[in-house]
Amino acid sequence: MADVTQLIHDYLRHNKKFPHVFCAGCGHGIVLGSLIRSVHALGLPKDDVVLVAGIGCSGRMAVYVDFNTVHTTHGRALTFATGIKMANPKLKVICVMGDGDAMSIGGNHLIHAARRNIGVTALILNNQIYGMTGGQCSSATPQGDISMTTPFGSLEKAFDIVEMCKAAGASYVARGTSFHAIQLDRLISSAIMHPGFSVVEVFSPCPTQYGRKNKFRNAVDMYKWLKANTVKVETLKEPDQKPADGRIPIGVFRDVEEPGLEERYFELQRKLMGQNR
Amino acid sequence: MSKKQKGQTRVCVYPDWCKGCGLCVAFCPAKVLVLNPFGKAEVANEDECINCGFCELHCPDFAIAIKPRTRNGASQPDPRSGWSDPESEHGRASPPEPTPEPNPNPEE
Ligand SMILES: Cc1ncc(C[n+]2csc(CCOP(=O)(O)OP(=O)(O)O)c2C)c(N)n1
Ligand code: SF4
Ligand code: SF4
Ligand code: SF4
Ligand SMILES: [Mg+2]
Repeated sequence: MADVTQLIHDYLRHNKKFPHVFCAGCGHGIVLGSLIRSVHALGLPKDDVVLVAGIGCSGRMAVYVDFNTVHTTHGRALTFATGIKMANPKLKVICVMGDGDAMSIGGNHLIHAARRNIGVTALILNNQIYGMTGGQCSSATPQGDISMTTPFGSLEKAFDIVEMCKAAGASYVARGTSFHAIQLDRLISSAIMHPGFSVVEVFSPCPTQYGRKNKFRNAVDMYKWLKANTVKVETLKEPDQKPADGRIPIGVFRDVEEPGLEERYFELQRKLMGQNR
Repeated sequence: MSKKQKGQTRVCVYPDWCKGCGLCVAFCPAKVLVLNPFGKAEVANEDECINCGFCELHCPDFAIAIKPRTRNGASQPDPRSGWSDPESEHGRASPPEPTPEPNPNPEE
């Protein structure tokens, strides 16, 4: 295990302020480490990777890592990412978004990116809350849970990000957690190499805005909860059914090869140019 | 790599980056780490470390490094400064000079 931390430091922008801005025990830092290890394991040069981030605590990730980075606007990261991929398909474009970013304000972009099967990786850091702005309820906050805007418990059902992306047509859909770091490395690596639109939802604890209000005494309790309340999807007898015990399935939910939008576009371009010759 | 063998590693915490979340302390299977009164992770039982890698993979602040011990017991010198290392004044590991072996055949 000797070089794990050294390797991460090699990818950080040491001219930025460290320690980073995330609270103690925030899962987003673990996901940043996992993303770096995944890119490194694939042997991708830093300059071939573009990290497009939205706004939120999750979006701060783009500040710290030495890839090509774009810090965009809240909810619109996928639109920037789509443009970058269409203009230069050789780049590996990874879009980091929070649950509010990807599902609430940016939900429409998410379903259409999935429908188009644009060759971008959406890394959705689901902490079940609007972390950055003070803990408002998001569309991924579980029903009944407390947030700043739902002091008596949320009355709304939460989106299931995996089910929604599958239904919208994404060709690679996976779910991991900040606790299962080794599995997360694998999920992110295969998502990056996947030709069409890939989604990795990551359950990433927010001890400050979500945990405190929902009976988690500290960050450690939230990771213990993730350990006890998740189940590998490949061990389920009926992987298409939600487990009856309420545990959250993690793993790869869809992995099919379909040409990405950028591939179809360049195919069309070649064909039309051939006709005009 | 991660052989369950004790005493093979140096566990180094970088206190300036540690936020004291306690993840490494709570989940280390060998109870190597504790939180000190300043709220920072501290190495308490380095010889018990089984090099499982959990702390390095899960520290959200990249503040722990597990390094192999060299033959004379110190860790590899670290290219970055500032890592807390109990054996060096400046937080940088510097392996001690090897002491010359006594000559077993003094006649030669
Ligand atoms: C157009 C727009 N609307 C609202 C905001 C305010 N805002 C900033 S971050 C955020 C929510 C962040 O939540 P999430 O995307 O889940 O990220 P997290 O901080 O939880 O990682 C909001 C509402 C904004 N910056 N821009
Ligand atoms: S508010 Fe929540 S999501 Fe934001 S840095 Fe703190 S713990 Fe992480
Ligand atoms: S996991 Fe990292 S930040 Fe948290 S207490 Fe341990 S060394 Fe400090
Ligand atoms: S590598 Fe494993 S055994 Fe060693 S200190 Fe870290 S968590 Fe503990
Ligand atoms: Mg959020």
